Amino acid sequence: MNNISIIFKRELSSYFSTPIAYVFLVIFLLLSGSLTFYMGGFYERGQADLLPFFSFHPWLYLFLVPAISMKLWAEERKSGTIELILTLPVSITEVVIGKFLAAWFFIVLALVLTFPIWITVNYLGSPDNGAILSGYLGSLLMSGGFLAIGSCMSSITQNQVIAFIISVVVCFIFLLSGTNLVLDFFNTWLPQGAVDAIASLSFLSHFSSLSKGVIDIRDFIYYFSLIGIWLYINIELVNMKKGG
Amino acid sequence: MIEIKNLCKNYDGVTVVDDLNLKINKGEVLGFLGPNGAGKSTTMKMVTGFIEPSSGEVNVKNLTIKENPMEVKKLIGYLPEGAPQYGEMIVKDFLSFIAKIRGIEKNKMNAAITSVIDNLSLHDVVNKRLEHLSKGFKRRVGIAQAIIHDPEILIMDEPTDGLDPNQKYDVRELIKKISKNKTIVISTHILEEVEAVCTRAAIISKGKLLFNDTPKKLKESGDGNLDDIFRTITMGSSS
Repeated sequence: MNNISIIFKRELSSYFSTPIAYVFLVIFLLLSGSLTFYMGGFYERGQADLLPFFSFHPWLYLFLVPAISMKLWAEERKSGTIELILTLPVSITEVVIGKFLAAWFFIVLALVLTFPIWITVNYLGSPDNGAILSGYLGSLLMSGGFLAIGSCMSSITQNQVIAFIISVVVCFIFLLSGTNLVLDFFNTWLPQGAVDAIASLSFLSHFSSLSKGVIDIRDFIYYFSLIGIWLYINIELVNMKKGG
Repeated sequence: MIEIKNLCKNYDGVTVVDDLNLKINKGEVLGFLGPNGAGKSTTMKMVTGFIEPSSGEVNVKNLTIKENPMEVKKLIGYLPEGAPQYGEMIVKDFLSFIAKIRGIEKNKMNAAITSVIDNLSLHDVVNKRLEHLSKGFKRRVGIAQAIIHDPEILIMDEPTDGLDPNQKYDVRELIKKISKNKTIVISTHILEEVEAVCTRAAIISKGKLLFNDTPKKLKESGDGNLDDIFRTITMGSSS
């Protein structure tokens, strides 16, 4: 536990010692704000809620989360620091978790900084703040899912660009797995049960109920198991590929 | 202290380390010599637990890395090849990060960091980013992080690479100074270094151990010119 927190702190401070953190925060805040107001029809809808705000999060995360996660392991391998860190008395599991939590905490920070939009909607009307909290929670869980995939993909290469692209593609598949676009493709040759299973893996369907204020324990289980499975693969991949 | 038994490493069918047997005792400074690609770094990576051997084993203080990876890693200080570091970090933050991971107690932390800064003359760069350091300073920070917890075993992959003659001298003096109660393994290309600091020389080529004795014996085995002797030993294996 102590080792995880040491890794966590080092990772987090490394975000802020390079421009990555500031670029990410500015872009995330600009995009999430402008998309909500201009494309989401925040005013025109005439409803005091943050649904238009949350509805863009999956698409923002699709590009922004892999941008954070791409360096997690690819950079360690490229610069050789993986040899340094893995010969210190820490386990791979501790490093994977510490890195993941640091990146996740960073996204929490980005979400917290969207508070002006919450103030705005409370100033303009009287929204259901419980539903907004649930939306934030859903967004946070979803970002964790994206991040776990990104961290895992970052461990298969030492090239950050490749890590980024593969992460976006895998996240995109998970994002869209509930839509007809993907399901129609599987419908033709997979039994219905398998198709339903693929549909149930979708980020979007598990996020949409939370973003509307419906807290379902199954969504939590879904996201936490998703994170757990990808991080487990992450650990195995680091272990397998560390030398070569 | 360190016992390497029948150690082998294959990468995709290529044998990099071939049935290596070596014993290094407490108080010894072993100079690990060999041409590029001889398997020196690979052997060190296996001793420090970074990669697993294809077969054979490494015992450190009667512990095997396979069964007690954490215990073994605690005993060892390691400077990996090229002295990799987190470039965006400031030198003192980097050293304190290593000290924390090494489990140095809070009240001893500052003393440990100050001591390595003194030993490796890092005063001028403590507030600089690692990526802005010269090759020589980078290497010295690498050595600093390896000895910060005063390890019983010190393994350094080319510790003097990139240093100027004065710095090389300082590092050799440092190794001599700390070697008393430690087991030290250094790999090097520089043969005079072996004469200057090592109590034993091991020469490997193509993964095989070809020579394992004192530097004095090494010198006596030929006409006294270390370069020629090295060439004879290592080239002999290829023909």
